[in-house]
Amino acid sequence: MSAAEPRGPSRRILLTGLSTYWGGRLAQELEKDPAYEVIVGVDSNDPTRELERTEFVRISTQHSLIRRIVQAAEIDTVIDARLVVDSAFTSPRSAHENNVIGTMNIVTACAGADSPVRKFVFKSSAHYYGCERDDPAYFTEDMERPHPPATPAERDIVEAEASVRDFAERNRDKTVTILRFANGLGPELKTSHSQLLSLPVVPTILGFDPRYQFIHEDDIVGCLEHAVRNHVPGIYNGAADGVLALSEVIGLLGKPMAPILPPWGTGLAAGPLNRLGLRLPVEMLSQLRYGRGLDNRKLKATGYRYRYTTRETVINFAEHLRMRPLLRSARQPYQYEREVEEFLRWSPSVRRSGTDAGKAWRPSPRQVAELQRVLAQLDAADPKLSTGRRPDGGHASPVAEYDELEAAELVALLPSLGRGDLEALYQHEFAGRRRRPVLEEIDRLLVPTRTADRR
Amino acid sequence: MIAPMDRPASTTEARAQAAFSGAPWDEAQLPARRADDHDDLLPGIEPERTVTDWGRSERVERLVDRTAADFFYKYWFRVEVEGIEHVPAEGGALLVSNHSGALPPDAPMIAKAVREEHPQPRPVHLTVEHFFKGYPGFAMLLPKIGAVPAHPANVHRLLRDERQLVQVMPEGRKGTEKLYKDRYRLRRFGRGGFVAAAMRAEAPIVPIAVVGAEEAAPIFAQVKPLQRITRLLYFPITPTFPHFGLLGMFGYLPAKFRIRFLPPVRTERWGERGAEDRGLVQTVAEEIRALIQAHVFEMVASRQSVWFG
Repeated sequence: MSAAEPRGPSRRILLTGLSTYWGGRLAQELEKDPAYEVIVGVDSNDPTRELERTEFVRISTQHSLIRRIVQAAEIDTVIDARLVVDSAFTSPRSAHENNVIGTMNIVTACAGADSPVRKFVFKSSAHYYGCERDDPAYFTEDMERPHPPATPAERDIVEAEASVRDFAERNRDKTVTILRFANGLGPELKTSHSQLLSLPVVPTILGFDPRYQFIHEDDIVGCLEHAVRNHVPGIYNGAADGVLALSEVIGLLGKPMAPILPPWGTGLAAGPLNRLGLRLPVEMLSQLRYGRGLDNRKLKATGYRYRYTTRETVINFAEHLRMRPLLRSARQPYQYEREVEEFLRWSPSVRRSGTDAGKAWRPSPRQVAELQRVLAQLDAADPKLSTGRRPDGGHASPVAEYDELEAAELVALLPSLGRGDLEALYQHEFAGRRRRPVLEEIDRLLVPTRTADRR
Repeated sequence: MIAPMDRPASTTEARAQAAFSGAPWDEAQLPARRADDHDDLLPGIEPERTVTDWGRSERVERLVDRTAADFFYKYWFRVEVEGIEHVPAEGGALLVSNHSGALPPDAPMIAKAVREEHPQPRPVHLTVEHFFKGYPGFAMLLPKIGAVPAHPANVHRLLRDERQLVQVMPEGRKGTEKLYKDRYRLRRFGRGGFVAAAMRAEAPIVPIAVVGAEEAAPIFAQVKPLQRITRLLYFPITPTFPHFGLLGMFGYLPAKFRIRFLPPVRTERWGERGAEDRGLVQTVAEEIRALIQAHVFEMVASRQSVWFG
């Protein structure tokens, strides 16, 4: 049922929140698809995942300079995955800067008829609905929260979404998708809920057994990718199938449940626990009391299929918890280092080896310009060379600028060439300086196509 | 009271009355599918789970059913049931009854009657005040035995999408806090929200008259200051509460129960648009209230003993 993009598919992508878990994962997924020519990721922190061709730009939390990036790179799709929804990991002030001011700036950067942006995907949170006694058992997308937001984090999310909806109203020529996600859970995702459920004994509020719905970390990335690849304007809930009672969740984890938080004065009791290192943000306390369920059918109707149900998500998380002591020492966390990343992306010395043959390699603008000039001159010298046919014995006249290139530099440029050009270059090199590394590299690149020809 | 079905009724009253024709059940049809229903996209059932998405626990429900509910139904209240065939065997339906008692025994007895007497026993979802979701203990237990908060969206999803039986007590707490001297006089039926919910879901309404609950759990007084301290919905004085503690809430007197299921009121003829018509909704709600009241009076008049029926 997912419709094709009426304003053309996405090609040039800007991703905010590259350093968040889902930002990094989404960039990794999009990198695999050559249809996305450009992927620019912005964040105020270093990326946390290893990326191949995504370009990282560090900007401030207010995202005030983003308009220049959007214009300069002719971005057609903006994915805003930067919202901070867990108040345990940030201060209210910086969350406000990021969530409210940041959203306002990004939306402004994409607005206007002259903007190249055609599509805007906004990652929001089910905290938009809040969590209260008078809630329905399942929130649908058209529902409003029964009472105005009570905590700073929820207020910020409501305000951020309001500015996105205002943007959608004013820019009807752009596709705007808002995804409201339930609590994420998964082996790599770090939230205050995953911390709570990792404890050897899970504390709960006495006399309450709330309903819980999670979404697996893979499905968060999947939903965002679904929104980028398909035309799904509007607001959608992202939550796995099935709502579990908290006692069921804790049972699946194989842990005891400890109703140690008193039903009255819960906030006061959470204070000392906070000091002991157990972070219990207000939003989580109200979830531990009332629970929350989302109706996920609208997104499913657009063709998305969840890979995990809530129960499977919890089981997957439980497996991870059992494996964690074994994995902890084995894996080195990825560390972003600017010089290394730039070297890998731009240096002419980087060769495509067999192991990363699938990874895209892109020449720098200077190298492209050089190569184009060389090929243009080759063309002018002998039009037959660039047609892809093997020229019958005719020698191409030597081109001075080409021969000036170093062998290593040439080798680095070769993978970006088409087959016809490669054969032309081979002829030229063979007739000219006969540098072994260059000839060997061209030969190696031509082998697969030649064997294919024979078949 | 019978109006021809094919002719559009001219006045609101006539349209309201058209539903009370008591058509037999084999004519009833499930509501037509709509494009935006998405009921095929409802989450599938995971057989390993023993708790439903609403928080209903098979184990707890079976335990309560086999012990307390069984004892009260068979031996304590000796429930007699009439007209169980009016409860549809499939599709959503709204069960509407009168309501009384501090910890009302009528609702679980009606649910038990459907499980015991109906040829195709079905689970009944009791709607309860939102208050219980916020009160420790109740919040944990009530969903386990099939209670859901009385939110219009919950009722709609259960009736329309999941095609379940939903039980509502439109009197709400006005019914359960009324004193013994006011027994069997039905309170106002809210604002008719239950009728609008049934119309929107195109589900039939089954009116139910219950006699016996008023004597089983009489309330002599309400104590406001104690209600404030305990933060309960209300603080009643009953024969066993508060002097026997919280368990005294279950200290029912052994009155004889009679439950009469009345012919269903079909709402699909008004369609979804009917729910928008406040006058129609109010009229139908008042009509159903009057019907239940009449049957309650008749049942009280014909019974010879409060305790033996």
